[in-house]
Amino acid sequence: MGNYYVKNPDFRKNHLLVPNSVMNPETFIADHVKGLPRSGIRDFFAIVSEMPQAISLGIGEPDFVTPWKIREASIFALEQGKTSYTDNRGLLSLRKEISRYCSSFFGPEYNPVSEILVTVGVSEAIDIALRSILNPGDKVLYHEPCYVSYAPSVTLAFGEAIPVPTSPRQEFSLDPEAFEKAWQPGCKVLLLNFPTNPTGGTADRAKLERLAKFAQEKDLVVISDEIYAELTYEGDHVSIASLPGMKERTLLLHGFSKGFAMTGFRIGFGCGPDWLIEAMMKIHQYCMMCAPILSQEAAIEALRNGTDDVLHMRDQYHKRRDFVVRRFNEIGLNCHLPRGSFYAFPSIECTGLNETDFSHRLLREHEVAVVPGTAFGDHGVDHVRASFSTSYDKLVEATDRMEKFVTSLDLDNNESKAV
Amino acid sequence: MSELLSVLQETADPRPERLAKILGCSPQDVESELEELRKNKTLLGWMPLLNPMHCNSDQVRAVIEVKISPEREGGFDRMALRISKFEEVESCYLMSGGYDLLVFVTGKNLKSVASFISERLATIQGVLSTATHFLLRPYKDHGQLLCEESGFQEKPSVSP
Repeated sequence: MGNYYVKNPDFRKNHLLVPNSVMNPETFIADHVKGLPRSGIRDFFAIVSEMPQAISLGIGEPDFVTPWKIREASIFALEQGKTSYTDNRGLLSLRKEISRYCSSFFGPEYNPVSEILVTVGVSEAIDIALRSILNPGDKVLYHEPCYVSYAPSVTLAFGEAIPVPTSPRQEFSLDPEAFEKAWQPGCKVLLLNFPTNPTGGTADRAKLERLAKFAQEKDLVVISDEIYAELTYEGDHVSIASLPGMKERTLLLHGFSKGFAMTGFRIGFGCGPDWLIEAMMKIHQYCMMCAPILSQEAAIEALRNGTDDVLHMRDQYHKRRDFVVRRFNEIGLNCHLPRGSFYAFPSIECTGLNETDFSHRLLREHEVAVVPGTAFGDHGVDHVRASFSTSYDKLVEATDRMEKFVTSLDLDNNESKAV
Repeated sequence: MSELLSVLQETADPRPERLAKILGCSPQDVESELEELRKNKTLLGWMPLLNPMHCNSDQVRAVIEVKISPEREGGFDRMALRISKFEEVESCYLMSGGYDLLVFVTGKNLKSVASFISERLATIQGVLSTATHFLLRPYKDHGQLLCEESGFQEKPSVSP
């Protein structure tokens, strides 16, 4: 039966004719999932994984191991036999710590009983927030280049994702005017991520105030992913939720992966108006039940005693950022100063290569991995993302190799012109 | 702490050219700052950080709690300095608590360490008592874990 199916492609076209014992997988995948593009990062990862000797600047997570005191808290919880489910919303003691932390770091006060939901990372929070808010066809404005999951998450919630470009001329910072221009009837959500992965762009208070006014005028809900908030190097991080009239319409998303170096714990949270938290909780309770208790226990320790570790790691990233950005500019790769996150996003336009060819050739010829900017949306064209979340020694070696590569391209270009 | 010292503590390659690249200055600037740090005794020298478990050495290390008599002028300083000058002494600290000096001693074998303590250290006038503990196995030294951790080999080399 199987052979017949394989050898006769015409037969395959109509699955109704396929004998009962043969499945046609194509017909079992939902159309909106079939149409979803694979992440560009995934393709690139497949190549890099074959080259273990390469220096990778492609890692989107801290190079620090989770501070020991936080790991130890999780081990202690395990020793105590804390292996059960928790409240769907998360441990109340954790929600109280989150409330305290948000009040001191972000500004707004959240009720730990009704306005906070502990999730499995910020990614889950984005997913269930969009599924809670969007009806089919509702539109979501989001800025690009951006984290890889935003547009697919909107699609999976049957919404329409409308990209709003951020510009290299403005260091990829928030551009409220671009949002205003992009607005169209049917827009329901503003999805923000400042500091931004992959550009390191940030949002200053004045621009956030203008955007807040726009959100109020157009009656939009704001989903603000502020996962890199602690890793802000210039000035203080400002949350849009802290602006007058915005707490009521903003879902503030945060987590422990980046600032506290806890990516593998998969723990995050959403803070927002009780009606939205309640709606998100409905989905969360059915699809996830609760975040893992050991991660929740670790998160409590992180918030109680881990903030000094965060500051230490931020200082290290800060120094490495200054080094990497200076080196890229010395090499001739024009690179703005990322004001937050741990990514540099240099332009590779001067090399004459597109971002994909640049990344592939750099990897194959000099064994350095960076991520093509278009993996983060079409507006990442002519750029690559380079994580500076790695040791000085690797950064020095990687940028030296990139210099050799760019110089060799210059020579190639000059020789071509001479010919 | 200066930027140079901060970078020095992080990198495994202390060549001035390399440090200059990281700091964005000339190698001459690095050389002159290093010279200044040496002059004012901030930077005392370079020492490789070795893992004794891998050094194939039979050296014996001991920690000795020493009680001494403070002196009218100078307190513990003269005695501490005198003890520190023995080449067997790796390090010596004035402590609060039940004893005065904590002395780390290294010898080529048990006999040589025992002999140093009983014949030279304990016999110094002013040393009231010693309590010796031999180090069995190191786990962490100068901030470095010395035991092999399995590490995590499956961490992706590219991630979003």
